Amino acid sequence: MRLADHLVIVPVILPLVTGAFLLFFDERRRGFKAAVNLFSTALLVATAVVLLNHADASGVTTAVYLVGNWPAPFGIALVLDRLSALMLLLASVLALAALVFSLARWHRAGPHFHTLFQLLLMGVDGAFLTADLFNLFVFFEILLAASYGLVLHGANPFRVRAGMHYIVINLAASSLFLIGVALVYGVTGTLNMADLAVRIPAVPPDRQALVEAGGALLGVAFLVKAGMWPLSFWLPNAYMAAAAPVAAVFAILSKVGIYVLLRLSPLLFGTGAGAMASFGDEWLLVGGMATIAFGAIGILASQALGRLAGYYILVSSGTLLAAIGVADIAVTSGALYYLVSSTLTIGAFFLLIELVERARDPAAAVLSVTMEAYGDEEDEEEPEEEVGIAIPGTLAALGACFGVCALLIAGLPPLSGFIGKFALVAALFNLTATGSTVPATAWILAALLLIAGFAALLAMMREGIRTFWAPLEVIVPRVRVIEIAPVAALLCLTAVLSVGGGPAMRYMDATARALHAPQAYIGAVLSTPARTAAPDTQSPEARP
Amino acid sequence: MELTLAIGIGVLVGSGVWLLLRPRTYQVIIGLSLIAYGVNLFIFSMGRLRAGQPPILEGTADPTAYADPVPQALVLTAIVIGFATTALFLVVLLVSRGLTGSDHVDGKEPR
Repeated sequence: MRLADHLVIVPVILPLVTGAFLLFFDERRRGFKAAVNLFSTALLVATAVVLLNHADASGVTTAVYLVGNWPAPFGIALVLDRLSALMLLLASVLALAALVFSLARWHRAGPHFHTLFQLLLMGVDGAFLTADLFNLFVFFEILLAASYGLVLHGANPFRVRAGMHYIVINLAASSLFLIGVALVYGVTGTLNMADLAVRIPAVPPDRQALVEAGGALLGVAFLVKAGMWPLSFWLPNAYMAAAAPVAAVFAILSKVGIYVLLRLSPLLFGTGAGAMASFGDEWLLVGGMATIAFGAIGILASQALGRLAGYYILVSSGTLLAAIGVADIAVTSGALYYLVSSTLTIGAFFLLIELVERARDPAAAVLSVTMEAYGDEEDEEEPEEEVGIAIPGTLAALGACFGVCALLIAGLPPLSGFIGKFALVAALFNLTATGSTVPATAWILAALLLIAGFAALLAMMREGIRTFWAPLEVIVPRVRVIEIAPVAALLCLTAVLSVGGGPAMRYMDATARALHAPQAYIGAVLSTPARTAAPDTQSPEARP
Repeated sequence: MELTLAIGIGVLVGSGVWLLLRPRTYQVIIGLSLIAYGVNLFIFSMGRLRAGQPPILEGTADPTAYADPVPQALVLTAIVIGFATTALFLVVLLVSRGLTGSDHVDGKEPR
């Protein structure tokens, strides 16, 4: 095993070590902690790029890393394929942008921000990499525990209340996750995802209901994370209450649920699952469409930008869930493109909201949490240089970013929001050729997508006019370059994604193809032998 | 034994769900703990109930003579994680009580 092969576990080890290391220093050494965190996150981005290249290399599609050197069904395996590499890159890029943004002021708003941030990344990366159902639970709990801390970052009553609801919902969902895992294990006797895919078709008919019940309970746990209606009422509040950089990095959290469904739905209940093939697909399709409708109504009804962004997450989740429910290769590849684009958009938008709200008349911003949260912080330590210089044309820059966000959220050309939606809708209309689902639902889904885009456009225009044009006395907000730069960088990435649409779509196509033909994945996981040489890798996150 | 265990799990989870739906944070946390106990027993039972059989292989290689060790390992992990998250929730509960002066889950008394 070459050293490069160990790169697969770096996205788990590096944040763990960094997060633990940062605990040794107290909050007075913020500069140092910030530097270490920044270095580690940048390193994660670099690792993710290398891994993405590796996963995309011809010939190699699935890299299996046996933690503890036990062969696959017995030990825990980490698996890197195109999907997990893509998600790793997305998570680390988003994290880097949010981190840079937070360095302007937010990382001072509470203790242990940098440690929690790294542990969150560890949980997210681990969830993307693991090939074991129970290990997935462990990583979920790690990322949730870190997110509980982060959602309370800069605590105020509103944040604590929303955070409490968030914690209760997720603890209850974790219980469901455990029940589902136990049921699946009780029937099939394995927890390895690839091994499950082999054993599920062989389950005798009288026990299939148990597997389906287990799958459904697992699904509910993931759908709570992803925010499918009617499991999503906590989501807009929690995301709106969280501090801006936290909300931005949380954009990836709702996508973790989506990722797991993307992975498990075709793997466990795909075409090869015999009597249980396409179990749950109708639920995902219908639930996804209901989520889009609910999100669109929520977007129209939102009076605050933070809430609007929260409901946009629901629209995005609903779109992806419905696309997973269609279970078609072309639709899935469109959905993957949409996933990347919408996650970047949400991240940038949450960061932008905080900057835009500074321009608001304070009286109008009673609802906005951010102002309130700074109160103490700014009084204590506001030497002049902390405020920084207002960059020239601040309002123009903010307005431009806001306009770009509106284009992305509404899905208008020329940016990637449009391409993602276009790919989805085009694939939906091509379904009749393959005949894998009822075209009527495809029509409804396409219509819902367009209506949701229109609703978002209306709401964004209304908010834009209210923010940038309506105020009689324009307050130029103080915005530092390191605050606007991450927003601009994320928006530039969506532009890159649309300019490089060809290669991006090719990658998504290959990913979708591999997802819907999981034999290669199963074969790679189950056939990787343990190394016979003296094992030099310990398993740091094996089950206690 | 199966019936006793099933009733036990049912009572634990049933009471837990009822408490979870109550408006006071203390009731919610007790409810979550009860659900966690029920779930842990459930995971344990998924290894099939066997009395007096060791989970660690020694001597004979006949698997029917042993209890399944995997659910026991899973339960241990679940207990640890459940304990940690409950403790964390307890802190948030106290913070909320301190900030709002109310132990209602919405931070204010219903009118």
